[in-house]
Amino acid sequence: MRAFSYEKVKNPAGAAARAAEVANAKFVAGGTNLLDLMKLEIETPLHLIDVNGLGLDRIEGTDDGGLRIGTLVRNTALAADERVKRDYPVLTRALMAGASGQLRNKATTGGNLLQRTRCPYFYDTAMACNKRKPGSGCAAQAPGAFSRQLGVVGVSEACIATHPSDMAVAMRALDAVVETVMPEGETRAIPLADFHLLPGHTPEVETALKPGELITAVTLPAPVGGHQSYTKVRDRSSYAFALVSVALIRQPDGSGAVALGGVAPKPWRNAAADKLLPEGAKAVMAELMKDARPTEQNRYKIKLAERTLASALNEAKG
Amino acid sequence: MMPKTPLSFTLNGSETALFVDPGANLLDTLRRGAGDLTPKLGCAQGTCGACTVLIDGEPHLSCLTLAETVEGRDIATTGGLADGPDLHPLQQAFMEGFAAQCGFCTAGMLMAAKALLDRRPNPSRDEVIEAIGGNLCRCTGYEPIVDAILTAAARMQGRSA
Repeated sequence: MRAFSYEKVKNPAGAAARAAEVANAKFVAGGTNLLDLMKLEIETPLHLIDVNGLGLDRIEGTDDGGLRIGTLVRNTALAADERVKRDYPVLTRALMAGASGQLRNKATTGGNLLQRTRCPYFYDTAMACNKRKPGSGCAAQAPGAFSRQLGVVGVSEACIATHPSDMAVAMRALDAVVETVMPEGETRAIPLADFHLLPGHTPEVETALKPGELITAVTLPAPVGGHQSYTKVRDRSSYAFALVSVALIRQPDGSGAVALGGVAPKPWRNAAADKLLPEGAKAVMAELMKDARPTEQNRYKIKLAERTLASALNEAKG
Repeated sequence: MMPKTPLSFTLNGSETALFVDPGANLLDTLRRGAGDLTPKLGCAQGTCGACTVLIDGEPHLSCLTLAETVEGRDIATTGGLADGPDLHPLQQAFMEGFAAQCGFCTAGMLMAAKALLDRRPNPSRDEVIEAIGGNLCRCTGYEPIVDAILTAAARMQGRSA
């Protein structure tokens, strides 16, 4: 690991200002992804700004009947919150399907959104990776590459990495909004739909955040009810990333929302696919996967996603 | 060289004060600084769970914890489980049930199990499996580990397993 300096900060706007002013600085909260990447020298910040003392660790009701989740709320606490369990059960299920108890005790809400891909070619510094080293190529798309776990839709010639979060997939189905503060002190709200960017020619740019901008909270709109489920398919039954996951909210009249994990560089959802929910899994998945460009090794994910949604819909119908 | 930072915390009930380098992780600080060799360095990546310690009663990965973040907090390791010559019921049950093969995961398993039993003294088998889900045993000896945790829980409740 490269040497770095470290400071604790006391207020959110001050944290953002410091991050903008100090060269090559990063925020650290739970550190469950940043510190392991620093050990591998994939992340090499010169300065860490510890935001754990900012007090952004509360879950509060919003004026419109929704919930504001402070960015420092740990995944364990968020999953266990009575309001989340009652009103947003898809979120509790997604959180509990992710990582391990030890990691959930540390991992934060904002950090979970910002975690990096687990593409093996991103992690192996001897391999070409446009995300880690722009312009070096994408070893994951070389002939014979191990791409079974990687993305099938929303991907590009430059990058086929997936976003690994379970939490974000549920939040996408719930129409979450990310609240931030800028170095100058102004705040903004970014719909989660627009928060993660597709790789295109610049896979190293992963989010809409500007330099120094700090996530302060994630808000959920008022509860929408319905039957909510999170179905995760993985190689072993715990402590593994999704091959495919489906966050489903289904209303008694058949309408609802579907977001997919494990298949794309961001939680994968679109309004046209949601409208097709009453027609069943095949129609929904045809829409969600219409621009898919799978590899030979990960083509199976398209069928797997359809079957996973079909199973979730069957369960929702009781 | 960057200056060292003074750090104090409670380790297995004893006040501990030392100096750490900026960016030091808790695992190194416990092993090299405090001389407690019971938490193990496995993957160093937050994957294997061998370095699990309790921070304020919750299981955490000490290899991914910056030492400076535990100022004033309460750390528990396997080094503090036994009471003098008397093993903790978890240690006793692990020993009797051959729940350690190579033994490298054992310290982390014990702490994950302790956190579970502190929170849920009478867990189901599924709850035990979930609680040690973040601790990998490369010998794949999970069944005796789960059995030992259930045996210890039963003894601590004054029942037979």
